[in-house]
Amino acid sequence: MVADYGCQARLLAGGTDLIVNMRCGRDRPSVVVDTKRVAELNQIKLSRTRLVVGASVSCRRIWEQPEITQRFPALIDSVTLIGGIPIQSRASVGGNLCNAAPSGDAIPSLIALRATAQICGPNDLREVPVEDFCSGAGENTLAKDEFLVSLTIPQPAQNSSTSFLRFTPRNEMDIAVVNAAANVTLSETKTTFLSARLAVGSVAPVPLFVEEAGKSLIGKSVCTANVVAAAEIAVAHARPIDDMRGTFSQRKQLTKVLTIRTLLKAIKRAGGTIDDV
Amino acid sequence: MARNHVTTTINGDPVEFLCDTEQTLLDVLRDELHLTGSKEGCASGDCGACSVTMDGRLVCACLVLAVETQGAEVETIEGMADGDRLHPLQQKFLDHAALQCGVCTPGFLVAAKSLLERNPDPTESEVRYWLAGNLCRCTGYDKIVRAVLDTAAEMRE
Ligand SMILES: Cc1cc2nc3c(=O)[nH]c(=O)nc-3n(C[C@H](O)[C@H](O)[C@H](O)COP(=O)(O)OP(=O)(O)OC[C@H]3O[C@@H](n4cnc5c(N)ncnc54)[C@H](O)[C@@H]3O)c2cc1C
Ligand code: FES
Ligand code: FES
Repeated sequence: MVADYGCQARLLAGGTDLIVNMRCGRDRPSVVVDTKRVAELNQIKLSRTRLVVGASVSCRRIWEQPEITQRFPALIDSVTLIGGIPIQSRASVGGNLCNAAPSGDAIPSLIALRATAQICGPNDLREVPVEDFCSGAGENTLAKDEFLVSLTIPQPAQNSSTSFLRFTPRNEMDIAVVNAAANVTLSETKTTFLSARLAVGSVAPVPLFVEEAGKSLIGKSVCTANVVAAAEIAVAHARPIDDMRGTFSQRKQLTKVLTIRTLLKAIKRAGGTIDDV
Repeated sequence: MARNHVTTTINGDPVEFLCDTEQTLLDVLRDELHLTGSKEGCASGDCGACSVTMDGRLVCACLVLAVETQGAEVETIEGMADGDRLHPLQQKFLDHAALQCGVCTPGFLVAAKSLLERNPDPTESEVRYWLAGNLCRCTGYDKIVRAVLDTAAEMRE
């Protein structure tokens, strides 16, 4: 159907972006395809090696699963912050990604968690890392006749953990001024970084994967100075705009504060300690 | 395009209706089925005045297409009281004066009921977090939160 109707068709997951856009006339599809009745798009499968989340699985179905809560804390940080409970009952992580808002709260966590997107076209399936999925504010790299099937996240390594934080003026129900996610893997003694990933949202047209910031930590000792140095790299990559939610300089400052905090939170969750704070 | 024929269950009763694809559940509840307890505050998922449950999960009826309710179980505010007997939450909202103009009240009641079904002993912050999707311009929320906590305590007895 998607191939037949091309740009006139819209897939409906939770509808929390699509129905809003249809009602205010921003989007006028001629065909709406409800994806919630397609089994593959609704699966949650946790195996020894990975977690597969169908594109239309709601935030709430994710946080209702204790095993996911334990193993993928950054994802849980995200899905418990998206809207309120009625939004979480409907909004999907896949829809959040396809909607490709620079502020999408699931996207930095997916990047930090090394998620890949499985995409179906008329003839084949392809896979891209989530950091390559968004192509501009509100735009993604799906062709007109393709759709997202699922997201796959590898099981966490030993001595690793993840975290997501966002800054909004209100406690709940608001759009991120800046958000950030981190994934750290520590040595057995938890004193050295074996690897790290950092992603920051709302500071560029697409959520940013700051690969250099994570790489800068490899082999370094777990201390505040190294965390701050990594955050400075993220700040250097951030190219935010001024808008009603925040200014350029506020967003730069928030990038630093949030990346430091989210790294520290991930380190703490991984069982690491930082003595000098 | 032809209208869609939908068969669903609302407050335990089988219901059939015709709707256009772009019609929301809220439109159909209010305009076609004359269940006007669910209110439209914003039509964009922000205010919670249209809260209903669908297959046991709390949703905004303004962000559900009516066609999606095919085969689903929908519960609205109209299903809350048992005839003339108010649900304990409804009684406590009256006792605590947890409403003024009342536009937000059906949404708060439906949302609070779904919280207490999941968690009969919520903390104050759990109540506030669960109800963060419901806006009230009149009460300042405090009386609403007290009414919910008081109901929870009474229902546990
Ligand atoms: C009141 C309110 C509060 C919100 N708060 C937040 C917040 O705090 N943080 C945040 O990040 N977002 C927030 N949002 C935005 C929204 O809830 C999220 O972006 C949500 O995750 C979108 O998921 P959905 O399932 O509702 O997507 P839908 O609206 O169903 O779809 C979104 C877009 O993706 C397309 N699409 C859906 N599925 C597929 C697929 N499988 N393949 C290809 N394209 C597809 C649709 O056609 C549509 O264009 C909020 C929205 C509302 C209404
Ligand atoms: S009318 Fe549905 S949330 Fe406001
Ligand atoms: S009582 Fe008026 S909006 Fe809540």
